[in-house]
Amino acid sequence: MAVAAAPLTQAKKKEIGQSYWDLVWYRFKKNRLGVLGAILLIALYGSFVALPEVISPYALENRSNFVEAPPTAIRLIDEKGQLRAPFIYGLERKIDPVRRLRTWELDTDRKYPVRLFVQGDEYKLFGLIPMNIHLFGIEADQSEQRIFLLGSDALGRDYFTRIMYGGRLSLMIGLLGQFLTLVLGTTLGVISGYYGGAVDMFVQRFTEFLSAFPNIPLFMALSAAIPVFWPPTAVYFMLTIILAFLGWGGLARQVRGLILSLREREYALAAKSFGASDWRIMFRHLLPGTMSHVIVIATLSIPGMILAETALSWLGLGLRPPLTSWGTLLQDAATIRAIRFTPWLLWVVPPILLTILTYNMLGDGLRDALDPYSGR
Amino acid sequence: MAGTSQNGKKGDILLQVNGLKKYFPIQKGLLRRVIGYVKAVDDVSLYVREGETLGLVGESGCGKTTASRSIIRLYEPTAGQVLFRSRVLSPDGQPRMVNLLELNREQMTKVRQEIAMIFQDPINSLNPRMTVADIIAEPMVIHGKYEKGRSEEIIVNLLQRVGLRPDHLRRYPHEFSGGQRQRIGIARALALNPRLVLCDEPVSALDVSIQAQTLNLLQDLQQEFKLSYLFVAHDLSVVQHISDRVAVMYVGKVVEMADSEALYTNPLHPYTEALLSAVPKPDPLYKSERIIMQGDVADPANPPSGCYFHPRCRYAIDRCKTEAPAFRELKPDHWVACHRAEELQLRGI
Repeated sequence: MAVAAAPLTQAKKKEIGQSYWDLVWYRFKKNRLGVLGAILLIALYGSFVALPEVISPYALENRSNFVEAPPTAIRLIDEKGQLRAPFIYGLERKIDPVRRLRTWELDTDRKYPVRLFVQGDEYKLFGLIPMNIHLFGIEADQSEQRIFLLGSDALGRDYFTRIMYGGRLSLMIGLLGQFLTLVLGTTLGVISGYYGGAVDMFVQRFTEFLSAFPNIPLFMALSAAIPVFWPPTAVYFMLTIILAFLGWGGLARQVRGLILSLREREYALAAKSFGASDWRIMFRHLLPGTMSHVIVIATLSIPGMILAETALSWLGLGLRPPLTSWGTLLQDAATIRAIRFTPWLLWVVPPILLTILTYNMLGDGLRDALDPYSGR
Repeated sequence: MAGTSQNGKKGDILLQVNGLKKYFPIQKGLLRRVIGYVKAVDDVSLYVREGETLGLVGESGCGKTTASRSIIRLYEPTAGQVLFRSRVLSPDGQPRMVNLLELNREQMTKVRQEIAMIFQDPINSLNPRMTVADIIAEPMVIHGKYEKGRSEEIIVNLLQRVGLRPDHLRRYPHEFSGGQRQRIGIARALALNPRLVLCDEPVSALDVSIQAQTLNLLQDLQQEFKLSYLFVAHDLSVVQHISDRVAVMYVGKVVEMADSEALYTNPLHPYTEALLSAVPKPDPLYKSERIIMQGDVADPANPPSGCYFHPRCRYAIDRCKTEAPAFRELKPDHWVACHRAEELQLRGI
C-alpha cells in the first residue's frame, strides 16, 4: 500500500508549480537569524498576547499589602544548606526607624514551595473559557504570602503580571496600527500610482503635508483631542488610528513608485485588453507585485509603532491607567525615587528591546528572502 | 476612405481603420505646459477581412505597436475611426459594424471578447504571481463566463491545442521557456473564442527555430478557429510567411497596403522598395543591390513637410516637399500614398 502511494504523491507534487511564495519560503528557511526572529516573535505574541493570564501568577489588578516588595528569589537550597524542591521564603515587613523606611525582610521560618499549574485567580482563557490554573505560583493564602518574580509596585501588584498584561496592549497596538497603515497606505498608493494625474497629485501633496508636519506636536494635539471621558478601550483604538494615520504616508509613496513601474508591464496591459476593470488590474495584478516590498517595510516599521506608543504613554499622551501597557509601566519607573528604591520597575525595558530586536531580525530575513537581486 | 469599395470581394471586412491618430503630448516645466506632440500614429488606414492575416510592418518606432494598441483602445486614440463587425453588440446576433471609439465603457468591455491580443514579450505579458490555469482562465472570469468543470475542460483543451501538457496547469510562468510562455499567451488569447487577434510582434522575442513553430501554430489555429489576424512585425520574411496582405508603415502613416504577393513582387512605394531590398537572400552568390537610404528616420515629434519620406526618397520631386500624398487605391486592393506611384518602376523580390 505504502509503496504504491509513494509515486502517486510524488507525481501530484510535481504537478503543482512553485509559486513566488514557495520560493520565498524556501529561501527564508535558510536564513537562521530570520527564522530565529520568527520563532521568537511567535513565542512573544503567544505568551504576551494570547496567554498572559496563564503565565502570570495573579490577576492584573490584584492588589496586596506587599507594597514595593523586591523580586522574590526562588531557592533550591535552604538556610541549612540542604537541597530542596524550589521554594520561597516568607516576607516580613519591617520599619527602619533610622531611615524611616519600610523594608521587607526574609522570614526563613516560613517556606512556600513553588509549584507548576497551581490554582489561583479566576480568568477566562481567550476571553471564553473560565479557568483558574496559573503556570506557576505558590499554594498559600494570598494575603499571607505572594510570589513576586519581578517585585511589586506601589499598590502591591505583581510587577511580572503587569508586564505580561502590558505586553498585550503594546504588541497589539503595533500590529493593529501597522495593519491600518498597510490598508491605508497600499490602497492610496495603488490608486495614486495607477490613476496618476490629479488623483496622484492630491495624494502625494497630502502625504508631503503630513510628513512635513512636526510629529510630536501633532501627536500631542491629536491625543489631546481624545475626550477624557471616553472608555479606555475607545482611547486605545483612537490611539491606534492616530498612529496609523501618521504612518501611512511613507508606505503610500513607496507603493506608488512600485505601481508606476508595474503598470507599464505588459501583463497589466494584457488584462486591460481582455476587459479587466481598473479595480481588478490594481488589486489582482499590480498590488500582489508590491506585496513582498510592503511586507518588509511593514515588518521593519512595527517596532516604530510600538516605540511610539511607549513614548506617547510615557509622556502621558497615550494610554492612561487603568489601561496597562509597557508605556504606562515605564511611566511608573520614570522617577528618581523609583530608580533609587524600586529599580525592579525597570524590568519592563528588556521585553521592549527584545520585541524590537526580533522584529528587525525577522524583517532583515524577509528582505533577503524577498529581494530577487541579492543573489543568495 | 480605405477599403470601402472592397466589400464582399473575398471575405467581409472585419476591421476597418480610418485615419487613426494617436498623439502623445510633450509636456514641459512646472505647469506641464504642452509644447508639442509626438505623432506616434498619424493617419493610419487599413482593413482586415474575415479569416485573413494582415501584416503590419515598419521599422522600430514607426508606431506599429501604438497603432495596434490604439485599435483596441489600450491607448485612447486622438482621432479617427475604428470600425469592427461585432456580434456581441448587435441585438439580433447578426454582425454589425460599430465604431469602437464611440463605444461607452460597458460596450467596449463586451467587444473585448471578440478582439484578443498577443503580446511581444512572453516574460512580461504573463503575471508571474498567477498559475497557467489562472492566466488562461482570466478572460473568462472577467466576462463572467467561468464555470467550474466546463471551463476547466476548455482550458485543458486549449493548453493541449497550443502544445502544452495538462500537468502544466498548476505551474507558474517562470517555469517555462520563452516559446512555451508565448504559447500560454496564445491560449489566453483564444480563451473567449475571439474573431480578431491583434498579434503585436508575437515572435520577435523568440529564437528563429521557435519562431517558425509559433508561426505555424498561429496559422493552424487560424484555420481551426476561423480567426483574423492583424500581425505586427518588423521582420519582412516572417510577415511574408504568414500574411495574406501586408501594410507598410513609415513614421505613423501607412504608406502602402496590398496583397503580399503584389507587394513583395511589385511594390509601389519607394519606402517599400527600400525595405524589400534589405531582406537577406539565402543565396551566397547573390550580389546585393541594397538601396542605402539617406538620412535618419523622421522624428515623429517634428515630421518633415509634405511626404514624410521625401528627405530620404531617391525619387523625390519638388511636389513631395510641400504636398502630403493621399492614400489611394491605385490598383484593385493595392493602396499607396505616393505622388509618383504611377510613373515609377520599382523593384521587388
